[in-house]
Amino acid sequence: MMGIEAYVWSNAMTGLLLVGMLWAARVVRGNRLWREAASELWRRRRLAILVVGLYLGIGVADSIAWVGGIPEDAVGVLPNAPLSIIDRLFLDTREASYSAPLASVEFYGGKPLRHPGSHLLGTDILGRDVLYMVFKGARVALLIGGLTSLIAIPLALFFGVSAGYFGGRVDDVVFFLISTLAAIPGLLLLIALIMVMGRSTVSVCIALAVTGWVGFCRLSRAETLKLRELDYVQAARALGVSEARIIFRHILPNLAHLIVITFVLTFSGLVLSEATLSWLGIGVDGSWGQMIDGARDELSRSPIVWWNIGAAGTALFGLILAVNAVGDAIRDVLDPRTMRGSE
Amino acid sequence: MGAYVLRRLAYGVGVVLGVLFLLFVLFFAVTEPEDIARKALGDKAPPEAIAVWLENHGYDRPLWPWQDFEENLLFDHYRRMLTFDFGLSDADDSPIVDRIRAGAGPSLTLTVPLLVLGLLTAIPLSLVVAFFRETYIDRMGVFLCVLAMSVSTLLYIIGGQYVIGKLLRWYPISGFDADPMMLPRFLALPILIGILSGVGGDVRFYRTVFLEESSRDFVRTARAKGASEPRIMARHVLRNAMIPILTRVVTAIPFLFMGSLLLEAFFGIPGLGSMTFDAIQSNDFATLRTMVYVGALLFILGQVATDISYGFVDPRVRVE
Repeated sequence: MMGIEAYVWSNAMTGLLLVGMLWAARVVRGNRLWREAASELWRRRRLAILVVGLYLGIGVADSIAWVGGIPEDAVGVLPNAPLSIIDRLFLDTREASYSAPLASVEFYGGKPLRHPGSHLLGTDILGRDVLYMVFKGARVALLIGGLTSLIAIPLALFFGVSAGYFGGRVDDVVFFLISTLAAIPGLLLLIALIMVMGRSTVSVCIALAVTGWVGFCRLSRAETLKLRELDYVQAARALGVSEARIIFRHILPNLAHLIVITFVLTFSGLVLSEATLSWLGIGVDGSWGQMIDGARDELSRSPIVWWNIGAAGTALFGLILAVNAVGDAIRDVLDPRTMRGSE
Repeated sequence: MGAYVLRRLAYGVGVVLGVLFLLFVLFFAVTEPEDIARKALGDKAPPEAIAVWLENHGYDRPLWPWQDFEENLLFDHYRRMLTFDFGLSDADDSPIVDRIRAGAGPSLTLTVPLLVLGLLTAIPLSLVVAFFRETYIDRMGVFLCVLAMSVSTLLYIIGGQYVIGKLLRWYPISGFDADPMMLPRFLALPILIGILSGVGGDVRFYRTVFLEESSRDFVRTARAKGASEPRIMARHVLRNAMIPILTRVVTAIPFLFMGSLLLEAFFGIPGLGSMTFDAIQSNDFATLRTMVYVGALLFILGQVATDISYGFVDPRVRVE
């Protein structure tokens, strides 16, 4: 890892993510059931999907960064710092302190701004453009939800499927592990893990994953128990197909819809948890949670500064609402059993 | 039945031991006592001061039994936790047991009314929504629930304090007074906000439960016999939905004692939630460790108690 800058990793990960999304789109197109589910989803929740796409676009634009191409006279940036597309859009927009949305003078004192009327959502205490901060928060939120799921879901699948498929001792051990983790109140375990691992984005994601994987592990275990007894699995076993091949060919593909549903439904919970952690002082830098936390003092100022908390709160609310709406629809489309329950 | 109760109890004890091991790994093996001492005394503390501090807190021993079988932190940790000898806080050297005793009361005055009023709000609302299933009222209700669930608790608290406390001046913004005459004034706002932030998820959950019950055969039979719809909801659906409702309530029991971290810290209620909050702010690992243990213990007790009572009520559970 020596010598490779963080932004190179970020670019590479973003590239991988985009390739992964293209691959997923190909798979969905190639399979009739998934294709129909996708078009049904699009028919039901067009607006919510577009909103999620917008956040995703902003997040991706903030994840692709490169060095150079900065004008000589830009204020507040190092000439050799890697800047993302979003950074470049807001280059040189810094003011001295607070200014209200679209104002042409500073909020306290009334000195003229460097860029009057150009700050759509005003500026914060350090004079940074609030719209810019909100855009930066999108990447953080998506990173929390995405990275955590990337850790938690494989972990849960590994333990859940092996417990359900092999049963016996393996099941006992996994079940004991699940009971132990589930016995600890979630927020407290989360706090304990972060305090022990130190405060960084990755450790927050790991802590969220460790506390969050239990539910899905239980679900995949129960589902595997059911699948194991089905005729085609029995037939495969009778024909002498290896255990690994049965799991990969027959069990995992039948869990795919649960993976998608869980991913979307837990995503919003993860992002909301981060907001709580931010307030405890153990969140991720640059998140909307931190902006909201910072705004507590701003509400007691006179006259009050409302645009910071307003912008961060709305951005958070918008993402969570859109993801929740898409998640509910995905569950209805992919899991016929809950469909029956809601009728 | 006796065998079932015993098996369930033994499993509960096993899980407690498992939780304690996890805590040991996190709070002793990963964060070594030396690090905690440095955080408590500062980076520039002389080695002698650290040695004294470690001895006072009982940390001056090797970690594992294979290093020293008689005197090691692992056995010591188990012995102390299982006998409720929680020792001293890492931050200010006060006995943790005293602080738990002092904090439990204020926590309960907040969480018990919050739980009861929360149930009294969510269950009738979800009955109404389930009663009007597949109509605009139902769809509107579910949409409002999702809307309410999408707002961060932080925003509820900050917004509630600002609008109700500062602009309308109905209730004090924060504070606590043990005097029973004054107490409701201070608790009104946190309870109101607590209900508001939980009601969306609760109503959605109970609605699903009620809908599941109302698709059962006995409900169809009752309807065929001409029972009125409100009677069906109250006598057949609500009664049978009591088990999932109870299960959800039992999982909330540890939080009754542990208090609500966010509400207590924001509203200045000196309960166990505030205590945990202070422990986080001051790197007080001993208190944090104890709180995690007590929370897990209460949760396991609740689980075992519910499982055993299910065993009494429903013979199918015992066989498993």
